[in-house]
Amino acid sequence: MQEHDLSWVRTEMAVAQAAPRSGAGPVVWARTNLFATPADTIMSLFALLLVVWFLPQILNWLFFSAVWSGTDRLACLTVDQGGELPPGWSGACWPFVLNRFGYFMFGRYPMDERWRVILCGVIFVALLVPLLTPRIPFKRLNAILFFGVFPFVAFLLLVGGYFGLEYVETPLWGGLMVTLVLSYVGIVVSLPLGIVLAMGRRSKMPIVKLLSVIFIETVRGVPLVTVLFMAAFMLPLFVPPGVSFDKLLRALIGVALFASAYMAEVIRGGLQAIPKGQYEGADSLGLGYWQKMGFIVMPQALKLVVPGIVNTFIGLFKDTTLVLIISMFDLLGVVKQSISGDPTWATPQTAKTGYIFAAAIFWVFCFGMSRYSQYMERRLDTGHRK
Amino acid sequence: MKKIITGMLAVAALGVTSSVASADTLDDVKAKGFVQCGVNTGLAGFSAPDDKGEWTGLDVDFCRAVAAAVFGDGTKVKFTGLSAKDRFTALQSGEIDILSRNTTWTISRDTALGLNFGGVTYYDGQGFMINSKKIPGVNSALQLSGAAVCVQAGTTTELNLADYFKANKMEYNPVVFEKFEEANAAYDAGRCDAYTTDQSGLYAVRLQMASPDDHVVLPEIISKEPLGPSVRQGDDKWFDIVKWTYYALLNTEEAGITQANVDEMKNSENPDIRRLLGVEAETKIGTDLGLSNDWVVNIVKATGNYGEIFERNVGSGSPLKISRGINALWTKGGLQYGMPIR
Repeated sequence: MQEHDLSWVRTEMAVAQAAPRSGAGPVVWARTNLFATPADTIMSLFALLLVVWFLPQILNWLFFSAVWSGTDRLACLTVDQGGELPPGWSGACWPFVLNRFGYFMFGRYPMDERWRVILCGVIFVALLVPLLTPRIPFKRLNAILFFGVFPFVAFLLLVGGYFGLEYVETPLWGGLMVTLVLSYVGIVVSLPLGIVLAMGRRSKMPIVKLLSVIFIETVRGVPLVTVLFMAAFMLPLFVPPGVSFDKLLRALIGVALFASAYMAEVIRGGLQAIPKGQYEGADSLGLGYWQKMGFIVMPQALKLVVPGIVNTFIGLFKDTTLVLIISMFDLLGVVKQSISGDPTWATPQTAKTGYIFAAAIFWVFCFGMSRYSQYMERRLDTGHRK
Repeated sequence: MKKIITGMLAVAALGVTSSVASADTLDDVKAKGFVQCGVNTGLAGFSAPDDKGEWTGLDVDFCRAVAAAVFGDGTKVKFTGLSAKDRFTALQSGEIDILSRNTTWTISRDTALGLNFGGVTYYDGQGFMINSKKIPGVNSALQLSGAAVCVQAGTTTELNLADYFKANKMEYNPVVFEKFEEANAAYDAGRCDAYTTDQSGLYAVRLQMASPDDHVVLPEIISKEPLGPSVRQGDDKWFDIVKWTYYALLNTEEAGITQANVDEMKNSENPDIRRLLGVEAETKIGTDLGLSNDWVVNIVKATGNYGEIFERNVGSGSPLKISRGINALWTKGGLQYGMPIR
């Protein structure tokens, strides 16, 4: 029986081999990512074809052949439509948007008072940006200002009637400012209310639990359109004459309650993902219910459902366009109104231009929220990944 | 389903009308200091905010005229944009004082919905527009047999269309759309041979066509759509004011009184004009209405006469360029006939 020499060590160098073909460089990247298999190649070529085909046309329509200046519809009409552009021309009619830009932003808010809306927007951004940037300190103060003080400042500025500011009634509000007011209130109300409802639904107290379930299931079971319609037109029939609530206020309450019900379910999803051990651990430390929820459970649960929460925010932001049916004009509403009601800008390109403008603004806001949520997810990721 | 809901709302509205709508709208209006007027959210020529957010249009100007009659100031009016669904509820609940929203005067609205119509500010009717590239040589709706017709769903327009083709024993192929804009776009893209909606709407739609010269509005009118302002039933004083504001607009046009010459006309020798403008000695025409005696002067100063309102908003002074047609004064072969103010 031959013994193996376990301490065998190679004494000569291994023969050097060529470097592996993979490496860096655009060609290698394209080969591995775009043309790895025949199926990949076909799909890549198809996608490339689509881009080559559509992109120039889209850019051309949006920018290169678009009209940029003019005072009325004649600027965007071809010769056979009564204008001056060459026959067969098609392009965006930007002067329509430029001419109506103030209206799209502020609705019928009085011209001389629009600085108040702008000031309000500046304060909003000045408070929001430091709040969202993790490096900047004083988060607690900032949050109190943003959630506690700002609503009152905004109310005073936008509605007026105090400190020499002229009173501006809400039917004059419109455009992007209504969209943002509805979204801000919806977001600021729905998150805390949703947390409370989610805890209520998981509570062991039967009445709290029942009320939470009834609220969530009723509100979720009814279309937002119905809620808004009821709030706007049926409510005045049931309250005594002389008592009237502001229509915007009614819509705000409707939107906020509606979003809260959805938010509650998202957060309940997060609560269910927290292992029982966490609750028991908190109990064994002698923490009370609110301490347990505040220090142990909620921070973990909320972190888990950041995508769901932001999803609800984005949905809420876009749902605000439904206030059009109760004759309140958010951004999409004023754009639509200008398209259908304004004969001075009636051209074949007006509708397309207007809708693209509205879509672009909505996209900027929604994309911003989405990117921030992804950033937060990465930041809060404390390694639950498998 | 929508109709059922609307009907239920109307019934619900009626049930509580008496408790909500005050019996004396004029006093309410004077107390709050403005007229609340319900208008279309956006209909070319009839009501839409301009780039400064000011409401403009024929329906809008009528409300300004009423405000001028009541307050002597055509700016003392606030507008509520209303959709077709919520317009009657808004009037019944007292949210608005006048509904001036291209609303067709029909018996069921007058009776079952409890409205009173103050007159017809625009005689409209459903018409056809054809794409002469697709069906050349058509110059009458009776030649439309077999045509594909774009129409908006759930409107009286759709029902009128069916009735018309059935009555004339013609075949047609309806292409139905939920939204007005969709129907426009589909027609412009050549999905249909013809397009049907109210004639005033056809002119507005034509402005948005890629090649407007290819589209011809046919002469036939297949339905009667008398559009006018309405108020709640049961308040005759307010109803009178709305009604006579309308007649004042017509009578001033007939007498040749315009925004520009109204002050001059006050010195006219013509007894009719003097009576109309309330400059006759011891006249009680205005005060009997519950207004001041110079109410007609105020109206004309604020908005001009009916002809001026028409031309400015939908006629030659606007991109719509609708001709007066049956909306001309009765002296010029139209239907607009102002009851005598004396």
